[in-house]
Amino acid sequence: MIRDITIGQYYQTKSVMHRLDPRVKLLGTLLFVIAIFTYKNPVGYVLGIIFLCTVIKLSHVPIKFITKGLKGILMILLLTVLINLFLTPGTALVSFWKLTITYEGVAVALTMILRLTMLIMGSSIVTLTTTPNNLTDGLEKGLGFMKIFRVPVGDVAMMMSIALRFIPILLEETDRIMKAQLARGADFESGNLVKKARALVPVLVPLFVSAFRRAGDLAMAMEARCYRGGDGRTKMKPLIYKKRDVIAYIVLFAFMVISIWMGRWSVITDFFNSLYTDLILK
Amino acid sequence: MGKPHKVKLKSMDIVKTDNLVFEYIRRDDEGNPTGVTTALDHVNIDVRQGEFVGILGHNGSGKSTFAKHLNAILYPTEGTVIVNGMNTTDEDKLWDVRSSAGMVFQNPDNQIIGQVVEEDVGFGPENLGVPTKEIWSRVEESLRAVGMLEHRLKSPGKLSGGQKQRVSIAGVLAMHPKCIILDEPTAMLDPSGRREVVRAIRGLNDVEKMTVILITHYMDEVVHADRIFVMDKGKVVMQGTPREIFSEVPALEALRLDVPGPTRIAWELKRKGLPLPDGILTCEELITEIEKCR
Repeated sequence: MIRDITIGQYYQTKSVMHRLDPRVKLLGTLLFVIAIFTYKNPVGYVLGIIFLCTVIKLSHVPIKFITKGLKGILMILLLTVLINLFLTPGTALVSFWKLTITYEGVAVALTMILRLTMLIMGSSIVTLTTTPNNLTDGLEKGLGFMKIFRVPVGDVAMMMSIALRFIPILLEETDRIMKAQLARGADFESGNLVKKARALVPVLVPLFVSAFRRAGDLAMAMEARCYRGGDGRTKMKPLIYKKRDVIAYIVLFAFMVISIWMGRWSVITDFFNSLYTDLILK
Repeated sequence: MGKPHKVKLKSMDIVKTDNLVFEYIRRDDEGNPTGVTTALDHVNIDVRQGEFVGILGHNGSGKSTFAKHLNAILYPTEGTVIVNGMNTTDEDKLWDVRSSAGMVFQNPDNQIIGQVVEEDVGFGPENLGVPTKEIWSRVEESLRAVGMLEHRLKSPGKLSGGQKQRVSIAGVLAMHPKCIILDEPTAMLDPSGRREVVRAIRGLNDVEKMTVILITHYMDEVVHADRIFVMDKGKVVMQGTPREIFSEVPALEALRLDVPGPTRIAWELKRKGLPLPDGILTCEELITEIEKCR
């Protein structure tokens, strides 16, 4: 049951997106998120959606996998929509009891749905096409400039990759301990929430003890193999930009500039605003 | 003429301990000292280049503590440990000591760092600052030496215990150490995994001429060793060739060590009056000797 959890889920297939340098993908996500939060008119969003669809198409990942990620944020999405719907002041659309839905509220709610959906889909495309290892490498190299500010980027990246490596081992261990406790008559299924939570204590305590023991062993093994922090290490698989990465950067920046410019261009924004007033507020 | 000779002699000894003593303070639950335990008591062990040395002992005999001294994970309370001509307490040489004495531990899951076999083997060389191109060639030769080359792209989680331990050995080999110390590498493995690992270790010694120090409590694993040290309560109580050691069946039993099957049978037969020589190590040997008696 626990094994269903997939972290940093990766969809194995061959595509341009998979081969792209992780740094391009990480910067791309950041720029894309900035872009979609700066749009002021529908043209920007249309451009954003076209960009997103092209990337999805290029990644060869089935759309089903990408929308899966949306399920997780359904509650947040709903909450944002409800709050925006009822709490935005403006012209009333419908009102009942003490609650009023405004035209502006509907507009804001729709924008929020659009932005959050695009955000989640855009970032899951990156995790789906990049192995966790590649991702940490990308973060390490991409954030390398932080070393000037004495941020131990290499060490943090090492911690991330070790954490990822130990997730399956710890899950297996949890399974084993739960089975051992079940064999001793433990009951994890019945009772209310508090009772269920308390039933987990005999699982968590040995799990933590063993995790700490593992950490100690691992640290010793790493020291024995001369690990002494990120400085002075060489890489077995260094990240090197290829031609496709340069092209991707150019496309990315072009999209950024054009979509933000169009999405915020006052002529277009004014046109849509007047259209909106004409259609609805009449 | 005297000087080069001396240097040569020195380089022959990869590991040398001189009256090594290690003590630690026992504490109760509140952290108050309750006494001193002597884990190693005046241990003198020397290992020459290319040798296969076995260190035997049951749990708590101090054999793992000894291993940790060779890799500068623990430091002696008294005496000295010299690895490849360097004193392990010399802080400037710490990483040189660790890269000359590679260490393989008991639990394979807790010493594999990479998420792919080849990346794990590359971890050591990466730490040593070896250039990328050379890392790849080292990874390849190390994996080939332990017969794991075809599994290079697998995730360690998908391997059997014996395969994981062979990956760990390859990971140490890739650092090009002067000697390899294996601290009970087979304790957590099933019989077939044990055979696999022991075969890989013997291969390293025979083919690659690697100096091997194998620490174990399974006596049959060190039958082919050049020399054996038996430890008990932090002391070296017996030392010699396998043949010399395994002749002393009652002494070994007093130390709660299991004598290998053929040796044990030969010893019992001899006690019952069959004229067999001492210290028979393998089944084949036992058969030939019994045939001679007819």
